Amino acid sequence: MMSASEKAKAPPTNVPRDGPKLTGARLDQMLTATWRTPPGFVGWLASVDHKEIGRRYIVTALVFLALAGALAIAIRLQLSRPDNDLIGAARYNEIFTMHGTTMMFLFAVPVMQGVQIYLTPLMIGTRAMAFPRLNAFSYWTYLAGGSLLWVAFVLNIGPDVGWFAYPPLSGPQYGIGKRADIWAQMVTFTEIAALAAAVSLVATILKQRAPGMTLARMPLFAWATLVTSLMVIFSMPSVALASGMLLSDRLVGTHFFNPVERGDALLWQHLFWFFGHPEVYIIFLPATGFISEIVATFSRRSIVLYPLVVLALVATGILAFGLWVHHMFTTGLPRVGYSFYTAASIAVSVPTGIQIFCWIATMWEGRPQLKVPMLYVIGFFFTFVIGGLTGVMIAAVPLDLQLHDTYFIVAHFHYVLIGGAVFPLLGAITYWFPKVTGRMMSEALGKVAFWMIFLGFQLAFFPMHIAGINGMPRRVYTYPAGLGLELPNLLSSIGSLVVATAVLLFIVNMVKSLLAGKAAGADPWNAPTLEWATHSPPKAYNFPHIPVVDSRTPMWDAGETLGVVHGLRVEDRELLLTSVVAAEPDVREPSGMPTVWPFITTIAVTVMFVCSIFSPWAVVFGAVPATIALIAWFWPKAPLPEPEPTIS
Amino acid sequence: MSMKPSFTRDIAHLPTHAFSHRALTWWGLLGFMIIEGVAFAMAIAAYFFLMSHEQEWAPRPTLPPDLLAGTLFTIVILLSEIPNAMIKKATESYDVEGVRKLLPWMVGIGVLLFVIRAFEFNSLNVLWYENAYGSIIWALLFLHTAHLATDWGDTVVLWRLMKTPHGHEPRRLVDTDENALYWRFVWLSWLPIYALIYWVPRFFR
Repeated sequence: MMSASEKAKAPPTNVPRDGPKLTGARLDQMLTATWRTPPGFVGWLASVDHKEIGRRYIVTALVFLALAGALAIAIRLQLSRPDNDLIGAARYNEIFTMHGTTMMFLFAVPVMQGVQIYLTPLMIGTRAMAFPRLNAFSYWTYLAGGSLLWVAFVLNIGPDVGWFAYPPLSGPQYGIGKRADIWAQMVTFTEIAALAAAVSLVATILKQRAPGMTLARMPLFAWATLVTSLMVIFSMPSVALASGMLLSDRLVGTHFFNPVERGDALLWQHLFWFFGHPEVYIIFLPATGFISEIVATFSRRSIVLYPLVVLALVATGILAFGLWVHHMFTTGLPRVGYSFYTAASIAVSVPTGIQIFCWIATMWEGRPQLKVPMLYVIGFFFTFVIGGLTGVMIAAVPLDLQLHDTYFIVAHFHYVLIGGAVFPLLGAITYWFPKVTGRMMSEALGKVAFWMIFLGFQLAFFPMHIAGINGMPRRVYTYPAGLGLELPNLLSSIGSLVVATAVLLFIVNMVKSLLAGKAAGADPWNAPTLEWATHSPPKAYNFPHIPVVDSRTPMWDAGETLGVVHGLRVEDRELLLTSVVAAEPDVREPSGMPTVWPFITTIAVTVMFVCSIFSPWAVVFGAVPATIALIAWFWPKAPLPEPEPTIS
Repeated sequence: MSMKPSFTRDIAHLPTHAFSHRALTWWGLLGFMIIEGVAFAMAIAAYFFLMSHEQEWAPRPTLPPDLLAGTLFTIVILLSEIPNAMIKKATESYDVEGVRKLLPWMVGIGVLLFVIRAFEFNSLNVLWYENAYGSIIWALLFLHTAHLATDWGDTVVLWRLMKTPHGHEPRRLVDTDENALYWRFVWLSWLPIYALIYWVPRFFR
């Protein structure tokens, strides 16, 4: 047998590789056989194709959006008039907890990661994600966590402690039953899922960019994805640790959050918001990535001051970690703490403002076309700026002390989260729908849905500012008549019904377009980035040949032909790795084949996590099947890989 | 592809594996080390947050942990870097036989460390449910033990795998190389935790 070093330098043998002699239909046939997902149900479970996983993420997140939206409507019906008895106080607690938890943990972050998982490899010109099986595991774990929460809700053991589950309410003394445990364990599932996806995305972006796509030429969406994923990596361990501590306080009697035994309930708030505040930007920054791509395409020019936009993204990512205490102004802080966190909270509006000015300048300098995705961008400008301004207001401690836990805060964060993330997301769905499905969404229906969503949103959420200033607290299931709260609440409820109808219309548009929309072709918008260089929908292997990039707008600068490199194996899954900064071709590495082991591992982990709600020993005994599944996952499947040829 | 390709460069000559930052898995490992490092950092922050509420640390009448087991653990885990570094060197010079000889040593050292760790749990002089000090001390030791178990499990799997013909596959040498890197993270992360569990409760009484 050859030694490893000899094998590594083995002489070339005749294996099929893409190139001038192997291109077109024959290459397509061979690459499809190599990269396709196996047929049947088991094949479906085994899929590691980032496009399938991204689609599953997005569809699942949209289902959770619909569920959380239905709860929002229930909340608004209850609050539509004073002294309403449609929903009781206890059920109302469950409903607002489920609404917030679902929106933050099961919709907002996963839908953004879903889009990132789908688009990133296409946008940077590679065949697959860095760790395709980890990526599959990420989705299954997310699905398991979401299912745990909603099955518990249906079984009437859903959490009722608010989406940030402050102890002592969520602790062993007041959080009776298993409701808070379900919440805490759902956090564990979703954080593992998000972290796994983030690691895959970072490695993909840093090591798999097309040759020539230096960091300075990377699409802004990829930059936003990189910064967001790094934020996930640095922030989510905090909440995973906190939820673990909460579970152990509840299950084995530790005292992390118990002041009677020298713990501190505020420790929870620090650990939670060290994650919770970056979380807002983890949701918002991908949306800025959508906007940068949409604005460039529909303004027919590249984004003005690209380096400044990148610096703004990075600055936002860093500053986001210095703000968490502004969620805790009313808990009592040293004076210097008030000053520092007020200053930091106001400072973070600067890089965001820079991005907005760059987008406006791009539209000013370009020839903007007001297609539906651009309408959502303009809706974003209007709504997000209002939310940003109320954010600057409540960064001031004296005002925050008055408005904390009122409907003013509810209005503020819906303006920044729906205006800042959901509007761009709806624009992004419209923009990339043709790439994913091969069909265009209806422009007419899209415009009707946009105006209904935009105006309905203002009607639903602007009056909440007034209700909050008038003193209406969050999380009350009803309010008395005669306090000036009737009209703002009624308007909000009407607005929420308009938004719900509009979202339904958006979904009807998606379904109708999927079934009978106009065929899109590869590049219906004449867009600048690489994902538009390949088929719509893309083939399993993404690109027949790996493209070469020499500008920030490769599709606009390509002319009639697209430069490519060649020489990757086509009978094995093989990726091209490039250097981190300059994207110089460096290594050819194999990519993971489809396998059911990530799914089986998720089952084992799910059993362990769910049982550990009831007994700490589940962590010990449950680790055994999870370890076996992991070993089976990692153990090489083929008897021995054939000697890998290289041409020296 | 919708556009006609123009072939610019042949990449068939590129190697099919690489060590360190040129390998994809190195970046994945780095990501997970940062995640776990942040979790440790937050647990350490929680430690100081709880400590800031106390007049004394460890709070009387609790005694600080006994030093013997923890110090012995520290010495052994520091010494384990010697075979670990030898494994790393062997992988990077494609010395499969060397790797096969050295991996069982790391498995054995892991077993020894588990035994000492059990004594450590027994020498903390506090239980996790007595007070918040006990909770955070146990949490730090539990978190580190989880890392010990993870790397030990990976080392056992690699030990068995490298004995098979797969051991000659260069990518498996890269895996072993990265497992050695992770072991460095395990012992490096132990050093601050050792100080926090064993020495800080002595200095602040």
